[in-house]
Amino acid sequence: MSTQPILNIKGLTKHFPLKKNIFGRGDVVRAVDNIDFTVMPGETLGVVGESGCGKSTTARLLMQLIPPTAGEVIFEGELVGGRDLPLKEFRRQVQMVFQDSYASLNPRLTIEDSIAFGPQVHGVSKQESLARAHDLLERVGLAPARFAARYTHELSGGQRQRVNIARALALQPRVVILDEAVSALDKSVEAQVLNLLLDLKDAFNLTYVFISHDLNVVRFISDRVMVMYLGQVVEVGPADALFKNPAHPYTKALLSSIPAMDPEHRTEKAAISGDPPNPINPPSGCRFHTRCPVAQTVCSQLAPTLGKLHSQHPVACLMYEPGSGYRKMEIAT
Amino acid sequence: MMTSPAATLTASQSAVQPLERSPGYWRSVLTRLLKDKIALGAGGVILILFFMAIFGPYIVPADPYQSSILGRLKAIGSPGFPLGSDELGRDMLSRLIVGARLSLFIGLTPVMFAFVIGTVIGLLAGYAGGLTNSVIMRTIDVFYAFPSVLLAIALSGALGAGIFNSLISLTIVFIPPIARVAESVTTQVRTRDYVESARATGANAFTIVRVHVLGNVLGPIFVYATSLIAVSMILASGLSFLGLGVKPPEPEWGLMLNTLRTAIYTQPWVAALPGAMIFITSIAFNMLSDSLRTAMDNKG
Repeated sequence: MSTQPILNIKGLTKHFPLKKNIFGRGDVVRAVDNIDFTVMPGETLGVVGESGCGKSTTARLLMQLIPPTAGEVIFEGELVGGRDLPLKEFRRQVQMVFQDSYASLNPRLTIEDSIAFGPQVHGVSKQESLARAHDLLERVGLAPARFAARYTHELSGGQRQRVNIARALALQPRVVILDEAVSALDKSVEAQVLNLLLDLKDAFNLTYVFISHDLNVVRFISDRVMVMYLGQVVEVGPADALFKNPAHPYTKALLSSIPAMDPEHRTEKAAISGDPPNPINPPSGCRFHTRCPVAQTVCSQLAPTLGKLHSQHPVACLMYEPGSGYRKMEIAT
Repeated sequence: MMTSPAATLTASQSAVQPLERSPGYWRSVLTRLLKDKIALGAGGVILILFFMAIFGPYIVPADPYQSSILGRLKAIGSPGFPLGSDELGRDMLSRLIVGARLSLFIGLTPVMFAFVIGTVIGLLAGYAGGLTNSVIMRTIDVFYAFPSVLLAIALSGALGAGIFNSLISLTIVFIPPIARVAESVTTQVRTRDYVESARATGANAFTIVRVHVLGNVLGPIFVYATSLIAVSMILASGLSFLGLGVKPPEPEWGLMLNTLRTAIYTQPWVAALPGAMIFITSIAFNMLSDSLRTAMDNKG
């Protein structure tokens, strides 16, 4: 396929300044550090990583909810916020579902008003917006007659997240960013909402950016998966290939931490231990070398680039960079 | 999953079919308030006070301005003077009833104006954040540095005596605390996901504040403002007591307390009556405010 990506992210960086010291210079938290990736139309890109690796910051940067320190977001070949694609128009095209289904709905608005708010902002009449809201409620499996005039506190978590999905779809976007959208739901409800998301994707030709820490869910829903570590992308690849043959040592460790369904095959020792290093002072060289089981001296000196393992499967690890100085050892079996 | 035509059909049916509605937020607050005995009691007292304020001149047993040299400082229960008489022989009962009008007026008005102005300032500071917030809130802090009584007296003194000026000075006194409460609740609400998602729809700041912020901050600010009514009543009475507010011979509780203070040894019970009225009014507003807070906290 040679279609152009629907989202093209270049050098996206977000540094949160910490409290400044008396000399006016302070440390920064490198939440997202110079990441590049693309999202193709119609695909679901899963984004995984530990807590604090910059997944949610990436979502907020994509949504332009926080200004980036550097880098740009290009939507269908046009720079977001530029002359050809003003922010408001971009926001009609890209919408977001948040993790906390309760906090992301205004408790003082009825559900229909919450959903109809977006279209009204974009000049759709009140009546038409409400009709659209009712239609979407039906689509996400909530009977409008029962739910439209209710308030959020009268709904269960799963129902509220359905409302949030309807709200995100009310602007008829092309891309929906799902930031841990199902993580707070219990397993049975989670499965229902995931299936709903898949149905909606087909019905409305959506593109998803699916952010989650739950690897099983990401594998189920994603076409491609992007692995993040300490604000950087360490590996991107087709979901099946990445889950079957993870290339980066971090991805391997992450995947082996998935609890086994079979008690006979339970993992005996933790694949990686400890917390990720402090993003204020990230380790030199490869950021993962402090916890990497196969790290060598060169790893603390040289930062790997996101090179290509295969054409569709870039990895940022010196192991795969010819001439990096990393000595491949034969694994004795 | 519904197919599209079926969904549209059901959606259009639902327009005909009445929606299942649940009571809105303010209605459910009212329902809870009506179940609260203390709120009902306090509300009853306030209703009586308002009744006195509105219909006072038509229901008084005697002319509140009619003085009599012979009838000075009668005790409570004297014939013709059910609650005694003041130092000029005017009927206390009538003066207390008519006094409700001015006392409530100068107690409530500053709080209402400060509620509107303080909310606007606080919303602005809280929603804008950053430098705007710092500039506004530090300016507010300057007013905060003075004790409220001192500030009210100083402002009234500078502006000159009179009802209008005392209203202005009391309004200025109450703007900083209300603005501060408004700022802190707005700052909390601003970071909620529903405000974020409203921003994600591309709505401008004014629309977001109107639809998503205002409804969620007005409640706490309102509760706080009602708790200030009692303070305002006392401060307003204090200004009148010092001769900075209402001028004699107008009946106003604070002023009455002032003019009767010379009689504290001869007729202590009569002299205490205006104070008792101020006390009852403040307590009633405070209790109603407490109940309101409880009723609004309840999420159910």
